Amino acid sequence: MEQEARVSIERSAVIPAGTINLRGRRRFGERIIETIVFICGAISIFTTTAIVIVLFQEAWLFFGSPEVDLTEFFSTTTWQPETGRFGIWPLMMSTLITSIIALLVAVPLGLGAAIYLSEYASPTARGYLKPILEVLAGVPTVVYGYFALTFVTPVILQGLLGKENVEIYNMLSAGLTMGIMILPLVASMSEDALSAVPRSLREGSYGLGATRLETSVRVVVPAALSGILAAVIVAMSRAVGETMIVALAAGAGPRFTFNPLQAAETMTGHIARISGGDISYASIQYTSIFAIALVLFFMTLLLNLLSGWVVRRFREVYE
Amino acid sequence: MTVAELSAVDMAQANGRYAVELHNTHIYYGSFRAVKDVSLQIERQRITAFIGPSGCGKSTVLRAINRMNDLIPGSRLEGRILFHGKNIYDPDVDPVEVRRRIGMVFQKPNPFPKSIYDNIMFGPRINGWRGTKAQADELVERALRGAAIWDEVKDKLHQPGTALSGGQQQRLCIARALAVQPEVILMDEPCSALDPISTLKIEELMLELRRNYTIIIVTHNMQQASRVSDYTAFFLMDADRAGQLVEYGPTEQIFTSPNDKRTEDYISGRFG
Ligand SMILES: Nc1ncnc2c1ncn2[C@@H]1O[C@H](COP(=O)(O)OP(=O)(O)OP(=O)(O)O)[C@@H](O)[C@H]1O
Ligand SMILES: [Mg+2]
Repeated sequence: MEQEARVSIERSAVIPAGTINLRGRRRFGERIIETIVFICGAISIFTTTAIVIVLFQEAWLFFGSPEVDLTEFFSTTTWQPETGRFGIWPLMMSTLITSIIALLVAVPLGLGAAIYLSEYASPTARGYLKPILEVLAGVPTVVYGYFALTFVTPVILQGLLGKENVEIYNMLSAGLTMGIMILPLVASMSEDALSAVPRSLREGSYGLGATRLETSVRVVVPAALSGILAAVIVAMSRAVGETMIVALAAGAGPRFTFNPLQAAETMTGHIARISGGDISYASIQYTSIFAIALVLFFMTLLLNLLSGWVVRRFREVYE
Repeated sequence: MTVAELSAVDMAQANGRYAVELHNTHIYYGSFRAVKDVSLQIERQRITAFIGPSGCGKSTVLRAINRMNDLIPGSRLEGRILFHGKNIYDPDVDPVEVRRRIGMVFQKPNPFPKSIYDNIMFGPRINGWRGTKAQADELVERALRGAAIWDEVKDKLHQPGTALSGGQQQRLCIARALAVQPEVILMDEPCSALDPISTLKIEELMLELRRNYTIIIVTHNMQQASRVSDYTAFFLMDADRAGQLVEYGPTEQIFTSPNDKRTEDYISGRFG
């Protein structure tokens, strides 16, 4: 080892002064890759921009039309395009209720699963469980939707709470099922955050006589908090944007209600239903779905910004 | 073990001379034997240094003393490690209880990403702390003073411990260990990530702590071992890469007139 070092020193010493060549070589491969990567980036930015522009244009038509009043849009609780009443709240409320139910399911279960996987599971158990989670994440949402409609509602909810109390379409069933759907996302993102916490912190905790539970809850989870919060917010925006499950199971008509056992259409569910029907492109009903989409866009944008902020704000520096 | 030796051990135990005793300890990682047949007795309220070349099992032995190796899947120990005459590897022993009494300071400072105050209070809190705020403040101050870092941090107790310098972080970790009032403190190369001045501070601190605690330190720094330790244990790998205890005795003797040729070679820097 030492000898090698000495040899290389001698070798560098024999290069005569002034002969060293530091000019760049031409690297064609590098240029080609660079161009390809640039094009990929440009395409994704272009399509995103195009989508946003279309969204704004159509929404502009909607808000510009004489039948629509912006204050009414944001302050009233009836959405009835047929009678020209456009109050976003019933749709928004249903979106919020289903999403919150989904989070109430997905966050505790997902975090629990993540803690189990990263702190308790043996390497073999983890080897079996992680792929199962990934399979769960790969199930098409339409399957979840029918699961909600044909199992969760009739068997579980109506079975437990009574047929007369639970409507066949209801927000609770859609929310619960959506929770199961986003659970793998929460679990896997949180697990990544937990496993990224250095071993040395765990050892420090065990070294003070902490149990596994104390170490998980008091050291590892707080150290991974920014990643876990980011997971929650990403899950929230997944839930807000999820369409198939709510379209199938939550209800097929706007309704302003706080009762999760009743049917109420969400923003995404409404958009899906209207755009699937035969409406004319010139109608106010058609442009109205872009207005809803725009609101949805701002909601998820807000959530993404929030998640960026949370990650920065709560990042714990360990090193 | 002869009868005469046995009774000497018993007497020493009765006097409480030894804090920790290893008897014919073998330690395995899976099928690999990392440490072979180590027997040694650590004297109470003294500093014992473990020295030896890299990979000879010093950390492994050290981590066996507070059952830290339990956390490594596949690790296993044969033999006995006595603490207060009780084999800590007996099935009825809870490793958590062992670690509350035998604390540890690691090679890389590892303060929790919490405030200095909460770092210190972590140990007491998990041990069911039920004192008042004033008592907690006092405990924090005592621990920080004990680790010779009070003056440097007394105005920023509620700032993150991770924002301190490396040497300060290491002393914070020592303070954190002191706050649970262990009997024994294990230190695995506590100064290897530190500059000479911080190192000196930690060494002074160790000499200070010796009054109340038994300290076992792993170090690659021969001068450090000779400066701070009362006893030195020299480890070396045998042909199967299993670590063995070559020589153990008062530091003075190990460094000036070692019995084993290999110890002499290592200390004078001829191999390792
Ligand atoms: N977690 C582990 N899994 C498997 N083998 C290990 C593990 N930790 C250590 N070993 C092996 O055990 C032997 C002793 O390692 P140990 O870390 O105790 O050595 P050390 O004397 O502390 O070395 P150093 O001075 O480099 O810290 C080495 O051969 C090492 O490869
Ligand atoms: Mg080591």
